[in-house]
Amino acid sequence: MTGEASTPLLKVENLLVAFGRAKAVDGISFDVAPGEMLGLVGESGCGKSTTALALMRLLRDAEIGGTAHLNGVELLGLDEAAMRARRGADVAMIFQDPGTALHPMIRVGDQIVEALTAHLNISRREARKRAIDLLRKVGIAAPEERFSVYPHEMSGGMCQRVVIAMAMACAPRLLLADEPTTALDVTVQAQILELLQGLVREEGMGVILITHDLGVVAGMTDRVAVMYAGAIVEMAATEELFATPLHPYTHGLLRSIPQLDSGWDEPVPTIPGSVQGAELQTGCRFAPRCAKASDACRTPPALREIGENHFVSCWNTP
Amino acid sequence: MTSEAVLDIQAAAPPRRTSAFRRLLRHRLALLALIVLAVLVIGSAGAPWLAPHDPEELDIANRYAPPLSEGHILGSDDLGRDVLTRLMYAGQISLSVGIAAMLVTVIVGFSVGAFAAYYGGWIGTILMRLTDIMLCFPSVFLLLFVAAFVTPSLASMALMIGLTCWMEIARIVYSQILVLKSADFIAAARMIGTPSWRIILRQILPNTLAPVLVAATLNTANAILLESYISFLGYGIQPPEASWGNMLTNAQSDFQVDPWLAVFPGLAITLAVTSFNFLGDGLRDALDPRIRDK
Amino acid sequence: MTEMLIEAKGLARHYLVGRHRVLRALDGVDLGVARGATLGLVGESGSGKSTLGRTLVGLQKPSLGQVLFEGKDTATPEPSFMARLRRERQIIFQDPSGALNPRMTIGATVMEHLRVQGWSRADAQSQAAAAIEQAGLATSFLSRYPHEISGGQRQRAVIARAISTDPAFIVADEPVSALDVSIRAQIMNLLHQLQRERGLTMLFISHDLSVVAHMCSDVAVMHLGRIVERAPRAALFKTPRHPYTGALLSAIPIPDPVRERQRMRIILKGEVPNPANKPSGCSFHTRCPRATELCHRVDPPLRSIGTEHQIACHHPLE
Repeated sequence: MTGEASTPLLKVENLLVAFGRAKAVDGISFDVAPGEMLGLVGESGCGKSTTALALMRLLRDAEIGGTAHLNGVELLGLDEAAMRARRGADVAMIFQDPGTALHPMIRVGDQIVEALTAHLNISRREARKRAIDLLRKVGIAAPEERFSVYPHEMSGGMCQRVVIAMAMACAPRLLLADEPTTALDVTVQAQILELLQGLVREEGMGVILITHDLGVVAGMTDRVAVMYAGAIVEMAATEELFATPLHPYTHGLLRSIPQLDSGWDEPVPTIPGSVQGAELQTGCRFAPRCAKASDACRTPPALREIGENHFVSCWNTP
Repeated sequence: MTSEAVLDIQAAAPPRRTSAFRRLLRHRLALLALIVLAVLVIGSAGAPWLAPHDPEELDIANRYAPPLSEGHILGSDDLGRDVLTRLMYAGQISLSVGIAAMLVTVIVGFSVGAFAAYYGGWIGTILMRLTDIMLCFPSVFLLLFVAAFVTPSLASMALMIGLTCWMEIARIVYSQILVLKSADFIAAARMIGTPSWRIILRQILPNTLAPVLVAATLNTANAILLESYISFLGYGIQPPEASWGNMLTNAQSDFQVDPWLAVFPGLAITLAVTSFNFLGDGLRDALDPRIRDK
Repeated sequence: MTEMLIEAKGLARHYLVGRHRVLRALDGVDLGVARGATLGLVGESGSGKSTLGRTLVGLQKPSLGQVLFEGKDTATPEPSFMARLRRERQIIFQDPSGALNPRMTIGATVMEHLRVQGWSRADAQSQAAAAIEQAGLATSFLSRYPHEISGGQRQRAVIARAISTDPAFIVADEPVSALDVSIRAQIMNLLHQLQRERGLTMLFISHDLSVVAHMCSDVAVMHLGRIVERAPRAALFKTPRHPYTGALLSAIPIPDPVRERQRMRIILKGEVPNPANKPSGCSFHTRCPRATELCHRVDPPLRSIGTEHQIACHHPLE
């Protein structure tokens, strides 16, 4: 069993998702090690959520290319029945809006029981016991009572805890968390992030945390991949990326976040313009908004390793 | 005056706009429907000039003439009247009733729905409950009940059908306005003291137009069908004035002798009704802002 | 003391929930905004901050209390004063898509806003063009429909509509929350510049403290329909005195992995209380780490501590 630590839990190669002519994800590659939390950041429409949905095989009407190996199994090549068996058991997903992720007419406990019995060969009584344990584990007080309430009787934060409990039910190896705290208040966000971090550490699963909030990424993740218009433009260890961002987009993004202690009455540095459709351009997607853009940017740059494990796709970084 | 930093530097590329009408023409079935309807309308409206015979002209020698026989392209009926001519004149009645009834449904439905939604309160509740109650009765029975007391004419038929079929539009308008009412752009208009009539007319009406237009098209189809139905049962347009419905009635007794007499009015009704339905489908797609400009 | 342009006095707004319960969205708010100042209003969802903003511009009527404009009660039924109020008070909304009529061009929207107030067609046209340019868009945008432009551009159009009447007071209700990070900075700078150039008085509502830190000279914190702390920007962020403010500040993720991982977090226990079922005494006591029996019984009034710093707390932070 030697050398297993070096094999990634998830290895995505050249993932491509196209809706008609529009390429939502344009050939991205990354991997996630067991126990690692990878942040996938970018603005709306950059393809980060589409990436997760493609890995879960939850996209309809999309053309999907490339490969994604989870523990050596190619997810994108599985037939629907085999994928259904993996979903929840090997790879689970947490959605942004806990209100719509839960069935409104089913008691929350029964929804967790459902998730358990779908994949594990256990009795309903056993499943109920485990569901209560899970509710306790995600920090829900009096889980026996909360077992039989409906989602609308709980707050947004509580619902998200239930969603997390469902995702954790079958101890998946990989967890995809798509903006898990965006719909929540800051104080509740802090609670949920703390919970997630604790659970991940305890279970040692791999996580892809999708978010637009660089503050959340800074506190939670080990590595970050920055996406722009369907492509990964920079990928590095979290501390490295925040300390020395190399891609002009990452650089601009980090500077444009207002900070508590930044000076009042000074303009926030901005990235001019807005994202343009990827299908309109041939070269680097970011070039129209980039101050450093040059003639070289007319050909699309590839992601290349610059420092140790620091990848950038830009012609103008040394 | 404004510094570079706060400008949105992207120059405004002229948008690629395609009108709803252009999109409608791209919808194949809708285009076909439009062509069929155009033929029907021109044929009916132009009957006095285009029809080969006089509608009352009797050709006793050629009763029950088969289609494509001499002088009668679609044959003749029991009194030797030309079927094509009768169909064209009947179309005037049937289409007019359909369109007039549709207008009644739009006016009544929009007023009831808009009033109930915009002002709300107990009046709104009563109006919408009334709508629900009306919906519980099958409109055919309601119509037949009323028709028994009214002298049938083009206007009374249109009014009767219109007054029994406005409920769907009222419900559409009601739910649309309820959603729109809480939109921020309505709040912005209200904040600066825009009078209610102006909010309804300028801000709300254009936003409800699309679904109402679709429903109106489908209502036209429905009204044509209802008119034929009532006339077929003998409560509608009375002979010798022809409508597609009462032409079918006549054909019924002669079905053994000349089945063709039933085929052509039936075909006209079917064509008109399906065309309006296809047109409605086409409009629904063409007016949907989400699939605009693709 | 500086002149208050707009002032809330004992403002309350009650809603009937079900048959007997009363939701106090605003529960006795006293708040003034000095001419030319930008006051930040922060709080979690359900704190009543939007209700306060909408009441101040006259979109909602208070159940109790008054709104004063230049010292005069805005409920005064005097036609010339009412007409002036409609011109002088404007609002910018969170979701720019919902704030623009989808069936009207940007130009028609701005012009309608002016025409209703008695402008002639020609004057309205030139004023709309001036406003759109001040909002940082070319006049060619006047002929665009909302769905033809980006989210950031839409928000600029909403801003153009608001400034077109040359108002003295603007409520900005979460104006950047729905926007992407890189666009957010652009809109913040625009609002900042307009505020400075026109001497606007602004109430800037946001749940994001770092945005408020950048935009506002003063900050007020709301919790369940009450102002619990108010202070100049520097004082509030450096030395928050209300435990709730302290918790809010500590819950914001900082986009800096080194600092983020070192800092001490106050993670609140429990959930945000239901506004329709408020706790007795201080409404924060159920989640407050410093709560005592006194807080359970007595609701602390807003009191001054030091110059320009007010809090409503029995046991303030040091």
